[in-house]
Amino acid sequence: MTKLSGAEMVIRSLQEEGVEYLFGYPGGSVLHIYDAIFQQNKVQHILVRHEQAATHAADGYARATGKPGVCLVTSGPGATNTITGIATAYMDSIPLIVISGQVPSDVIGEDAFQETDMIGCSRPVVKHSFLIKHPTEIPMAFKKAFHIATTGRPGPVVIDIPKDMTAPSEQFEYKYPATVRMRSYNPTVRGHAGQIKRAADLLMKAKRPVIYAGGGIIQGNAWEPLRELARLTGYPVTNTLMGLGAFPGSDHQFIGMLGMHGTYEANMAMHHADVIIGLGARFDDRVTNDTGKFCPQAKIIHVDIDPSSISKTIETDIPIVGPVDTVIADLLGVIAEKHLKPDAKAVEAWWKQIDEWRQHHGLRFDEDECEQIKPQRVIRALYEVTQGKAYVTSDVGQHQMFAAQHYAFDDPRKWINSGGLGTMGFGLPAAMGVQFAHPGAPVACVTGEGSIQMCIQELSTCLQYQLPIKIVNINNQALGMVRQWQDMQYGGRHSESYMQSLPDFVKLAEAYGHIGIKVTDRKDLEPALKDAFGKYKDRLVFLDIYVDRTEHVYPMQIKGGSMRDMWLSKTERT
Amino acid sequence: MRHIISILMENEPGALSRVIGLFSQRGYNIESLSVAPTEDQTLSRLTLATFGPDKVIEQITKQLNKLVDVVKVMDLSEGSHIERELMLIKIKAQGEHREEVKRCADIFRGQVVDVTHSIYTVQLTGTSQKLDAFLDAVGRTNVLEVVRSGVSSIARGDRVLAV
Repeated sequence: MTKLSGAEMVIRSLQEEGVEYLFGYPGGSVLHIYDAIFQQNKVQHILVRHEQAATHAADGYARATGKPGVCLVTSGPGATNTITGIATAYMDSIPLIVISGQVPSDVIGEDAFQETDMIGCSRPVVKHSFLIKHPTEIPMAFKKAFHIATTGRPGPVVIDIPKDMTAPSEQFEYKYPATVRMRSYNPTVRGHAGQIKRAADLLMKAKRPVIYAGGGIIQGNAWEPLRELARLTGYPVTNTLMGLGAFPGSDHQFIGMLGMHGTYEANMAMHHADVIIGLGARFDDRVTNDTGKFCPQAKIIHVDIDPSSISKTIETDIPIVGPVDTVIADLLGVIAEKHLKPDAKAVEAWWKQIDEWRQHHGLRFDEDECEQIKPQRVIRALYEVTQGKAYVTSDVGQHQMFAAQHYAFDDPRKWINSGGLGTMGFGLPAAMGVQFAHPGAPVACVTGEGSIQMCIQELSTCLQYQLPIKIVNINNQALGMVRQWQDMQYGGRHSESYMQSLPDFVKLAEAYGHIGIKVTDRKDLEPALKDAFGKYKDRLVFLDIYVDRTEHVYPMQIKGGSMRDMWLSKTERT
Repeated sequence: MRHIISILMENEPGALSRVIGLFSQRGYNIESLSVAPTEDQTLSRLTLATFGPDKVIEQITKQLNKLVDVVKVMDLSEGSHIERELMLIKIKAQGEHREEVKRCADIFRGQVVDVTHSIYTVQLTGTSQKLDAFLDAVGRTNVLEVVRSGVSSIARGDRVLAV
């Protein structure tokens, strides 16, 4: 049997799990592990410039591939810097493994240099965590960590390793476990057959149905069954922010994103629906508006892998716990077996209504009288130039909502954003992870001048690894979403939402060894984007695009109302 | 409504903090809590008294089940169950009152487990309400110190919480 040090076991375990990239940052407690990294070439370490970026990059990699993202950081500040990234992954159910160094076990609890209780700090935002108490525990802890992170409802797992556990001088027998069984962790693998039958009956009798699909479709690799269900029934499909790409954005059956900044037609359809089937979506507050007024006529079928998501905010009529891919497949099986047919006449009338709603608003924005570039136009131009094929990461704010609304994602795993936690600073490091996962693919980071400055140091990482990311900085010189709320709810008092003393982003990009292009004129927008994805294809390009500062994101649901209560423009409401 | 939730969990360091953390993190109430290893040393049993509307209790049990260290969860209040709490109580016992405290302890089937010339220490088991009633009976002004174990509970009949 092989004898290895704890540090070697860490790296060997990662190799066993097929890890390609390890995003990290060295420090005292993990130096033994870094020495083991140096002496192998199967797992490539990516040196970021801040530990938060390591987690977001690993997260971006995970979202773009479906494989777990892995990062390695040192104890103390290295570990605490990952908390935002871990919480981001937790809220969006992303498989992430965070390996943190810890001070040697004999000084734990003595306030040693760079000591932090990482298990305690991360506890509320992890799916699970492990503290290694003997080097021989390492292989099983890693096996379990990867198993837990990637199965059931995926999520982040922390492995905290005291420095003495990785000492090169001590070697132990190493064998990586082939399987793992845990009596306390057995995620559901099939939905309840009886419930699925009931759901099929209800769904196929619907007169005004909506298929409401979320991030679970993407994390659960269920987009093909979803599309089959949609085609078979002919029902309208709405995606959540996290679910964009689950159903093709350019398909006629797609009625857009729903919720706070959802399309008029999606929110109206939800409100008037008689049957809603929620698939891998969690009826969160950014979708439902006031839960007491949510979709008053609808019977609700809810499919989710996590039992605690069901009836948490909205009472469900037919709950089904299970992986969304097999549940939809079983549902399709029942529909075929029982020869259930949709109510064609009712569905046709329903579509007529939905198409009317579509005409009513249709994500319009008024740019004729505006000399400046409209932020929506930037996204539409990006869509045109990339032919809808790019991976798009985003930060958080107005630009995120504009991207979600105006870039029609036809494929899953292409839209990568922090939907649950809403983490500014996510976009650029996430784009790095995506670019590592798909080296030749176009990757755009849609951001704003507020968000981009939260992880701007990663421009240095991008240079080191020659990542040709296109940063689309929608620069409105303000924290746009904050200012929009201040305009709408705080009498226009723009408390601290103006971004003063902005850097010259072009010079900044150049200082980091990249290309910077400033765009202020409408006519320069498309050529600049074309250059970024054409002439400068192999370079990182920072497009600093100055846009209309006064623009708001519409539609916007009115707080305390139902799904159909929306502002459609600054002056028009439903 | 008050519920008694019994949890079997891995007897691992950190497991308890995950349960407690869940309650503070999600704003659930804990009225009392008791925990100790079971006859199987790899398992701990935790008994938790909580209160809240049914919807919250449902979330509590679901969220508990989600914790990786938690093996099984049972809401004992859903069926008939036996509930016991242990209380040790130091009571002023002087003069006429000394006899009264002893009588009271007898009535409640408590035992005097330690005696000084001015104090009785009484051991009492029962439901939480019974312990409260005893405190009222002896007069709360006479009570010097109280320690309660928190509720332990087990289902009646065939219902068994085990692996």
